[in-house]
Amino acid sequence: MNATTRSTGRTLWVAVRAMVALTLVLGVGYTLLVTGIGQLVLPAQADGSLVRDGGGQVVGSALLGQGFTDADGAALPQYFQPRPSAAGDGWDGAASSGSNLGPENPDLVASIAERKAAIAEREGVAPGDVPADAVTASGSGLDPHVSPAYAELQVARVAAARHLPVDEVEAQVARHTEGRTLGYLGEPVVNVLELNVALDELGR
Amino acid sequence: MGWVWAVAALATVALVLAAVYRSFGDYMAGVYTTPRDWRVERGLYRVLGVDPRSGQTWQAYLRGVLTFSAVGLLLVYALQRTQQWLPYSLGLPAPSADLSFNTAASFVGNTNWQSYSPELTLGYTVQLAGLAVQNFVSAAVGMAVAVALVRGFAHRRTSTIGNFWVDLVRGCFRILLPISVVGALVLIVGGVVQNFDGFTDVTTVAGGAQSIPGGPVASQEVIKLLGTNGGGFFNANSAHPFENPTAWTNVLEVLLMLVIPFSLPRTFGRMVGDHRQGYAILAAMGVLFVASYTALTLLESAGHGTAPQLAGGAMEGKEARFGIVGSTLFATTSTTTSTGAVNSMHDSYTALGGMVPMLNMMLGEVAPGGVGSGLYGMLVMAVIAVFIAGLLVGRTPEYLGKKIGPREIKLASLYILVTPTLVLAGTALSFAIPAVRESVTSTSIWNPGVHGMSEVLYAFTSAANNNGSAFAGLTANTPWMNTALGVAILLGRFVPIVLVLALAGSLARQDKVPATSGTLPTHRPQFVGLLVGVVLVLTALTYFPVLALGPLAEGLV
Repeated sequence: MNATTRSTGRTLWVAVRAMVALTLVLGVGYTLLVTGIGQLVLPAQADGSLVRDGGGQVVGSALLGQGFTDADGAALPQYFQPRPSAAGDGWDGAASSGSNLGPENPDLVASIAERKAAIAEREGVAPGDVPADAVTASGSGLDPHVSPAYAELQVARVAAARHLPVDEVEAQVARHTEGRTLGYLGEPVVNVLELNVALDELGR
Repeated sequence: MGWVWAVAALATVALVLAAVYRSFGDYMAGVYTTPRDWRVERGLYRVLGVDPRSGQTWQAYLRGVLTFSAVGLLLVYALQRTQQWLPYSLGLPAPSADLSFNTAASFVGNTNWQSYSPELTLGYTVQLAGLAVQNFVSAAVGMAVAVALVRGFAHRRTSTIGNFWVDLVRGCFRILLPISVVGALVLIVGGVVQNFDGFTDVTTVAGGAQSIPGGPVASQEVIKLLGTNGGGFFNANSAHPFENPTAWTNVLEVLLMLVIPFSLPRTFGRMVGDHRQGYAILAAMGVLFVASYTALTLLESAGHGTAPQLAGGAMEGKEARFGIVGSTLFATTSTTTSTGAVNSMHDSYTALGGMVPMLNMMLGEVAPGGVGSGLYGMLVMAVIAVFIAGLLVGRTPEYLGKKIGPREIKLASLYILVTPTLVLAGTALSFAIPAVRESVTSTSIWNPGVHGMSEVLYAFTSAANNNGSAFAGLTANTPWMNTALGVAILLGRFVPIVLVLALAGSLARQDKVPATSGTLPTHRPQFVGLLVGVVLVLTALTYFPVLALGPLAEGLV
């Protein structure tokens, strides 16, 4: 009994010292090492791939989606529109989240129907032509991309709103379309923020 | 055409794993068997006051595991409860007692279930000094226990199964830390952030406001995956572009989750002196993994269900850059290992698709399973398989030259009873206790109908199997859920560890019996088939009724 208590006490003391030592090495030392190298070698990525407008002002991150609506939440016609967002009240960088609505949830079914009708009307197409990513919220709520199909659907409306030739807008879309990695991994996507910033630059 | 991308993605992962299987598996075997200590390790052993050359009995080894984990539990709890005074707390208050308990249990138990939204709850100090450290050490504990069991099979007539402190330190320093440093830097190349900037407020292009989060994310992301932990720096976990920015980081993250669990069979084969035994275990794991990935990819691509069909595809909760294949590959990997990270929201999967991650966990996470826990789980299944084969032919069962006697089979049987008991009891109690049912149905459940039951079932399956993924619509930050899931995590982690170490001790004491013509060969396809069958039958019989009430009811009606 006495021996067991003693050896458990000894083990506890070893465990405490091990936890302290490993916290210093694996928690503090490791994190600082990676931060140091990252900040030194890859500062742009380590700081969040920030995007600046023509005036040098940071307007967001190339990796995070953002909304392109007016103060009332209505889509601004001169901008390509991203996917629906369930992060906070929409595109909240401090509250990433999906909708987590299930496949038979009536709220989700109603939202999809509503979004489909709204997009079809906005772009002047048939509801059947609206792609799936346009009417579904992403997992993060911060998805920076849309499918090339959804971008294509918006070209005519954006060109009209900006009084630009359709060809020119299409060329911008093509420039900001990323194919599958190595030709076969992931999906082809269009970065909405970078595309919209580039279009604003054209107008300057 | 979609199936081509699905096959190509799987083939990429399989080729990389195959390329490193032998060298990495042998390397890990060397780590756990070499008598040489690194100088820094010798220094640490002196500080700890342990003799690295002295072997421990299974009881002493277990005492080390449990004491070390208990200290970790207290430390993570204390760090959270004092958060407001810690540096880099981002102005966040201390989480509640039940939430802090849940999170501490969850990270110490290699589960990383998160009842909270990290951006809104935890500052950087708790993340790196509490959670990141547990990501390393809980993984190292899992590997240590697996190696101790392998020593039980490999050694004969000995009372010792290795030294826990040596296994712990070597697992951290020689396996997890080097890969993490390199992996973190590669993730930063892809765009994962690594800073101490807090939130940066910007004015968006359209004139709105957005908070861009910062944090030491890459360093935590890599060990979250490598150690099959799964706890995200952000609420959206690996769906968040700052955790998983591109299609290639997605594949890298999948590889990080799989590389240790799929290489450990080689380590096992080397340590027991017969590589064919390792290949048999690997084959059983591989068959189950490929079957699961195929099923999930087919179901999500088909996109059955009211909402997916109306939308024109099951893209709710999925990121555009990953698409369906990148999402199902990640989900399969995360739930067949004990990771529980998500790059898409399982709650929004098709009804039958959402059942696949649940089934993966219900298999006991043995295909390939968590770091260490996958191997020891599969070896326990192998013990059950040779026992069943022994019953069929009327011989005393043996595995790797060790007799599987009454004591061994009792320990293995208890092992396979632990998690189903926790899952089914936890789910049932959530609806059976009147006061709890009120809280569960009015606060916790997010989706109406049977899908809500699936959310609770998923939660207990995830906790008891130490996975950590969720049908995340569930609000788990309630006193009942935090407490019940925290207890399920601790029992689901440590009761099996007690049984496995007891098994290791019992096996190590035995001598080896020579193989005879009547011995069941355990390296042939026949045994692989038997092993896969045992895993599937045990799961199907245990969980079919409750699945029929949840995802099957939703998907088939």
